[in-house]
Amino acid sequence: MRVKLIILLSVLSGSLIAWNLHTMFLSVPDEANQGAIFRIIYFHVPSAITSFTGFFVAMCFALVYLAKRNLRFDSIAAAINEVSLAFATITLITGSIWGRIIWGIWWTWDPRLTSYFICLLMYFGYFMLRRAIDEPHQRARLSAVLSIFACVDIVIVWKSIEWFRTQHPGPVLSIRNGGGMAPGMEAPIWWNLLALLMLSASLILIRTRQQSIQHEVETLRRYAHAF
Amino acid sequence: MDRNFTYMFYGFTVAWLIVIGYVISIAVREKNLRSELDRVKRLLEDRESEAKQNATTRRV
Repeated sequence: MRVKLIILLSVLSGSLIAWNLHTMFLSVPDEANQGAIFRIIYFHVPSAITSFTGFFVAMCFALVYLAKRNLRFDSIAAAINEVSLAFATITLITGSIWGRIIWGIWWTWDPRLTSYFICLLMYFGYFMLRRAIDEPHQRARLSAVLSIFACVDIVIVWKSIEWFRTQHPGPVLSIRNGGGMAPGMEAPIWWNLLALLMLSASLILIRTRQQSIQHEVETLRRYAHAF
Repeated sequence: MDRNFTYMFYGFTVAWLIVIGYVISIAVREKNLRSELDRVKRLLEDRESEAKQNATTRRV
Protein backbone atom coordinates (compact mmCIF):
# COMPACT_ATOMS: atom_id res chain seq x y z
CA MET A 1 0.00 0.00 0.00
CA ARG A 2 2.75 2.41 1.06
CA VAL A 3 4.90 1.51 -1.98
CA LYS A 4 1.93 2.14 -4.29
CA LEU A 5 1.34 5.52 -2.64
CA ILE A 6 5.03 6.46 -3.02
CA ILE A 7 4.95 5.51 -6.72
CA LEU A 8 1.67 7.37 -7.27
CA LEU A 9 2.94 10.55 -5.59
CA SER A 10 6.27 10.40 -7.46
CA VAL A 11 4.60 9.91 -10.84
CA LEU A 12 2.05 12.68 -10.20
CA SER A 13 4.69 15.16 -9.02
CA GLY A 14 7.03 14.28 -11.91
CA SER A 15 4.25 14.77 -14.47
CA LEU A 16 3.15 18.03 -12.88
CA ILE A 17 6.73 19.38 -12.81
CA ALA A 18 7.19 18.46 -16.49
CA TRP A 19 3.94 20.24 -17.39
CA ASN A 20 4.97 23.25 -15.25
CA LEU A 21 8.37 23.47 -16.96
CA HIS A 22 6.56 23.53 -20.29
CA THR A 23 4.25 26.32 -19.02
CA MET A 24 6.96 28.46 -17.43
CA PHE A 25 9.25 28.34 -20.45
CA LEU A 26 6.79 28.36 -23.33
CA SER A 27 3.63 30.09 -22.05
CA VAL A 28 4.82 32.63 -19.48
CA PRO A 29 6.58 35.67 -21.00
CA ASP A 30 9.77 37.24 -19.60
CA GLU A 31 9.13 39.72 -16.79
CA ALA A 32 9.34 43.34 -17.99
CA ASN A 33 12.13 44.48 -15.63
CA GLN A 34 13.91 41.25 -14.70
CA GLY A 35 13.81 39.29 -17.96
CA ALA A 36 14.22 35.49 -17.92
CA ILE A 37 15.80 35.27 -14.44
CA PHE A 38 12.44 35.93 -12.74
CA ARG A 39 11.50 32.30 -13.57
CA ILE A 40 13.62 31.25 -10.59
CA ILE A 41 10.58 32.29 -8.54
CA TYR A 42 8.84 29.12 -9.77
CA PHE A 43 11.26 27.02 -7.71
CA HIS A 44 12.40 29.56 -5.10
CA VAL A 45 8.97 30.32 -3.60
CA PRO A 46 7.44 26.79 -3.80
CA SER A 47 10.61 25.33 -2.22
CA ALA A 48 10.40 27.88 0.59
CA ILE A 49 6.71 27.16 1.28
CA THR A 50 7.37 23.40 1.11
CA SER A 51 10.16 23.74 3.67
CA PHE A 52 8.04 25.96 5.97
CA THR A 53 5.15 23.49 5.79
CA GLY A 54 7.47 20.58 6.51
CA PHE A 55 9.18 22.25 9.48
CA PHE A 56 5.79 23.15 10.94
CA VAL A 57 4.36 19.62 10.52
CA ALA A 58 7.59 18.18 11.98
CA MET A 59 7.16 20.45 15.01
CA CYS A 60 3.62 19.06 15.47
CA PHE A 61 5.03 15.50 15.45
CA ALA A 62 7.73 16.61 17.91
CA LEU A 63 4.97 17.88 20.24
CA VAL A 64 3.07 14.59 19.85
CA TYR A 65 6.28 12.71 20.72
CA LEU A 66 6.73 14.81 23.88
CA ALA A 67 3.12 14.06 24.87
CA LYS A 68 3.08 10.33 24.07
CA ARG A 69 6.80 9.32 24.21
CA ASN A 70 6.35 7.08 21.19
CA LEU A 71 9.53 6.91 19.08
CA ARG A 72 7.53 6.49 15.89
CA PHE A 73 6.54 10.18 16.05
CA ASP A 74 10.17 11.16 16.51
CA SER A 75 11.11 9.15 13.39
CA ILE A 76 8.40 10.88 11.36
CA ALA A 77 9.51 14.32 12.61
CA ALA A 78 13.15 13.58 11.69
CA ALA A 79 12.14 12.34 8.21
CA ILE A 80 10.06 15.48 7.56
CA ASN A 81 12.81 17.80 8.83
CA GLU A 82 15.41 16.13 6.62
CA VAL A 83 13.32 16.51 3.45
CA SER A 84 12.38 20.09 4.39
CA LEU A 85 16.04 20.94 4.95
CA ALA A 86 16.80 19.89 1.35
CA PHE A 87 14.08 22.27 0.08
CA ALA A 88 15.30 25.06 2.40
CA THR A 89 18.79 24.70 0.90
CA ILE A 90 17.30 24.97 -2.60
CA THR A 91 15.49 28.17 -1.54
CA LEU A 92 18.60 29.83 -0.16
CA ILE A 93 20.85 28.94 -3.12
CA THR A 94 18.34 29.84 -5.84
CA GLY A 95 17.64 33.11 -4.00
CA SER A 96 21.34 33.89 -3.92
CA ILE A 97 21.68 33.27 -7.68
CA TRP A 98 18.64 35.45 -8.33
CA GLY A 99 20.05 38.20 -6.09
CA ARG A 100 23.36 38.17 -8.00
CA ILE A 101 21.55 39.39 -11.11
CA ILE A 102 18.85 41.62 -9.61
CA TRP A 103 20.75 43.16 -6.65
CA GLY A 104 24.28 42.68 -8.02
CA ILE A 105 25.33 40.74 -4.90
CA TRP A 106 25.29 37.08 -3.88
CA TRP A 107 24.33 37.76 -0.27
CA THR A 108 23.32 40.51 2.15
CA TRP A 109 22.54 40.38 5.88
CA ASP A 110 18.93 41.40 5.26
CA PRO A 111 16.41 40.23 7.95
CA ARG A 112 14.70 37.71 5.62
CA LEU A 113 17.95 36.18 4.43
CA THR A 114 19.59 36.21 7.85
CA SER A 115 16.61 34.66 9.66
CA TYR A 116 16.36 31.96 6.98
CA PHE A 117 20.09 31.29 7.23
CA ILE A 118 19.76 30.93 11.03
CA CYS A 119 16.83 28.57 10.44
CA LEU A 120 19.01 26.45 8.14
CA LEU A 121 21.82 26.37 10.72
CA MET A 122 19.36 25.29 13.44
CA TYR A 123 18.11 22.36 11.36
CA PHE A 124 21.67 21.33 10.44
CA GLY A 125 22.31 21.46 14.20
CA TYR A 126 19.22 19.28 14.72
CA PHE A 127 20.79 16.50 12.63
CA MET A 128 24.20 16.90 14.26
CA LEU A 129 22.48 16.54 17.64
CA ARG A 130 20.70 13.38 16.48
CA ARG A 131 24.00 11.85 15.37
CA ALA A 132 25.68 12.73 18.65
CA ILE A 133 23.16 10.99 20.98
CA ASP A 134 22.79 7.19 21.00
CA GLU A 135 20.03 6.73 23.57
CA PRO A 136 16.79 6.85 21.48
CA HIS A 137 14.49 8.58 23.99
CA GLN A 138 17.06 11.19 25.03
CA ARG A 139 17.78 11.87 21.35
CA ALA A 140 14.07 12.16 20.58
CA ARG A 141 13.38 14.48 23.53
CA LEU A 142 16.22 16.91 22.77
CA SER A 143 15.46 16.83 19.02
CA ALA A 144 11.81 17.63 19.73
CA VAL A 145 12.75 20.63 21.88
CA LEU A 146 15.15 21.92 19.20
CA SER A 147 12.52 21.38 16.51
CA ILE A 148 10.03 23.51 18.48
CA PHE A 149 12.62 26.30 19.01
CA ALA A 150 13.63 26.24 15.35
CA CYS A 151 10.02 26.49 14.28
CA VAL A 152 9.68 29.82 16.10
CA ASP A 153 12.28 31.13 13.64
CA ILE A 154 10.02 30.02 10.77
CA VAL A 155 7.42 32.56 11.96
CA ILE A 156 10.13 35.26 11.98
CA VAL A 157 11.24 34.27 8.46
CA TRP A 158 7.64 34.31 7.20
CA LYS A 159 6.77 37.70 8.74
CA SER A 160 10.18 39.40 8.24
CA ILE A 161 9.23 40.84 4.85
CA GLU A 162 6.26 42.57 6.46
CA TRP A 163 8.07 43.69 9.62
CA PHE A 164 11.22 45.03 7.94
CA ARG A 165 11.37 46.75 4.57
CA THR A 166 14.90 46.08 3.41
CA GLN A 167 16.61 44.40 0.45
CA HIS A 168 14.32 41.38 0.03
CA PRO A 169 11.08 42.27 -1.82
CA GLY A 170 7.83 42.44 0.15
CA PRO A 171 4.97 39.97 -0.37
CA VAL A 172 4.14 39.39 -4.04
CA LEU A 173 1.66 36.50 -3.80
CA SER A 174 -2.03 37.38 -3.90
CA ILE A 175 -2.80 35.37 -0.71
CA ARG A 176 -0.55 37.76 1.22
CA ASN A 177 -2.16 40.79 -0.44
CA GLY A 178 0.94 41.22 -2.55
CA GLY A 179 -0.81 41.62 -5.87
CA GLY A 180 2.54 42.12 -7.58
CA MET A 181 2.09 39.45 -10.25
CA ALA A 182 -0.25 38.90 -13.17
CA PRO A 183 -2.59 35.93 -12.49
CA GLY A 184 -1.14 34.03 -15.46
CA MET A 185 2.34 34.42 -14.01
CA GLU A 186 1.32 33.46 -10.48
CA ALA A 187 -0.56 30.23 -11.30
CA PRO A 188 2.59 28.14 -12.08
CA ILE A 189 3.91 28.95 -8.59
CA TRP A 190 0.90 27.19 -7.03
CA TRP A 191 1.11 24.23 -9.42
CA ASN A 192 4.81 23.86 -8.68
CA LEU A 193 4.06 24.08 -4.97
CA LEU A 194 1.60 21.21 -5.32
CA ALA A 195 4.21 19.19 -7.26
CA LEU A 196 6.93 19.84 -4.66
CA LEU A 197 4.57 18.98 -1.79
CA MET A 198 3.77 15.65 -3.46
CA LEU A 199 7.47 15.02 -4.11
CA SER A 200 8.35 15.80 -0.50
CA ALA A 201 5.49 13.57 0.74
CA SER A 202 6.86 10.64 -1.26
CA LEU A 203 10.41 11.29 0.03
CA ILE A 204 9.09 11.52 3.61
CA LEU A 205 7.28 8.17 3.21
CA ILE A 206 10.52 6.57 1.99
CA ARG A 207 12.58 8.09 4.83
CA THR A 208 9.99 7.05 7.43
CA ARG A 209 10.15 3.46 6.17
CA GLN A 210 13.95 3.60 6.32
CA GLN A 211 13.77 4.86 9.90
CA SER A 212 11.61 1.87 10.88
CA ILE A 213 14.12 -0.49 9.22
CA GLN A 214 16.85 1.28 11.22
CA HIS A 215 14.88 0.67 14.44
CA GLU A 216 14.46 -2.99 13.48
CA VAL A 217 18.23 -3.28 12.90
CA GLU A 218 18.98 -1.68 16.29
CA THR A 219 16.47 -3.94 18.08
CA LEU A 220 17.82 -7.10 16.42
CA ARG A 221 21.40 -6.04 17.20
CA ARG A 222 20.54 -5.58 20.88
CA TYR A 223 18.78 -8.97 20.87
CA ALA A 224 21.80 -10.63 19.19
CA HIS A 225 24.17 -9.17 21.79
CA ALA A 226 21.92 -10.49 24.58
CA PHE A 227 22.86 -14.11 23.71
CA MET B 1 20.22 39.40 -21.35
CA ASP B 2 22.43 36.35 -22.07
CA ARG B 3 23.86 36.62 -18.57
CA ASN B 4 20.31 36.80 -17.21
CA PHE B 5 19.40 33.55 -18.99
CA THR B 6 22.65 31.85 -17.92
CA TYR B 7 21.98 32.58 -14.24
CA MET B 8 18.41 31.31 -14.58
CA PHE B 9 19.90 28.09 -15.97
CA TYR B 10 22.32 27.94 -12.97
CA GLY B 11 19.40 28.38 -10.57
CA PHE B 12 17.36 25.57 -12.12
CA THR B 13 20.44 23.33 -12.35
CA VAL B 14 21.33 23.82 -8.68
CA ALA B 15 17.73 23.09 -7.62
CA TRP B 16 17.67 19.85 -9.61
CA LEU B 17 21.16 18.81 -8.51
CA ILE B 18 20.13 19.13 -4.85
CA VAL B 19 16.96 17.07 -5.44
CA ILE B 20 18.84 14.41 -7.45
CA GLY B 21 21.70 14.32 -4.93
CA TYR B 22 19.25 13.86 -2.08
CA VAL B 23 17.36 11.09 -3.90
CA ILE B 24 20.68 9.31 -4.61
CA SER B 25 21.66 9.62 -0.93
CA ILE B 26 18.30 8.06 0.05
CA ALA B 27 18.88 5.19 -2.40
CA VAL B 28 22.40 4.56 -1.03
CA ARG B 29 21.10 4.57 2.56
CA GLU B 30 18.31 2.13 1.56
CA LYS B 31 20.90 -0.26 0.09
CA ASN B 32 23.15 0.00 3.17
CA LEU B 33 20.21 -0.52 5.53
CA ARG B 34 19.02 -3.64 3.67
CA SER B 35 22.50 -5.19 3.78
CA GLU B 36 22.86 -4.25 7.47
CA LEU B 37 19.48 -5.85 8.22
CA ASP B 38 20.52 -9.06 6.42
CA ARG B 39 23.85 -9.09 8.28
CA VAL B 40 22.19 -8.66 11.70
CA LYS B 41 19.58 -11.33 10.89
CA ARG B 42 22.35 -13.79 9.95
CA LEU B 43 24.24 -12.88 13.13
CA LEU B 44 21.12 -13.52 15.18
CA GLU B 45 20.52 -16.91 13.51
CA ASP B 46 24.14 -17.88 14.22
CA ARG B 47 23.85 -16.82 17.86
CA GLU B 48 20.55 -18.73 18.24
CA SER B 49 21.96 -21.94 16.75
CA GLU B 50 25.08 -21.59 18.95
CA ALA B 51 22.87 -21.19 22.01
CA LYS B 52 20.80 -24.27 21.04
CA GLN B 53 23.97 -26.34 20.51
CA ASN B 54 25.34 -25.27 23.88
CA ALA B 55 22.06 -26.20 25.57
CA THR B 56 22.08 -29.67 23.91
CA THR B 57 25.74 -30.26 24.89
CA ARG B 58 25.00 -29.31 28.50
CA ARG B 59 22.01 -31.72 28.59
CA VAL B 60 24.16 -34.59 27.21
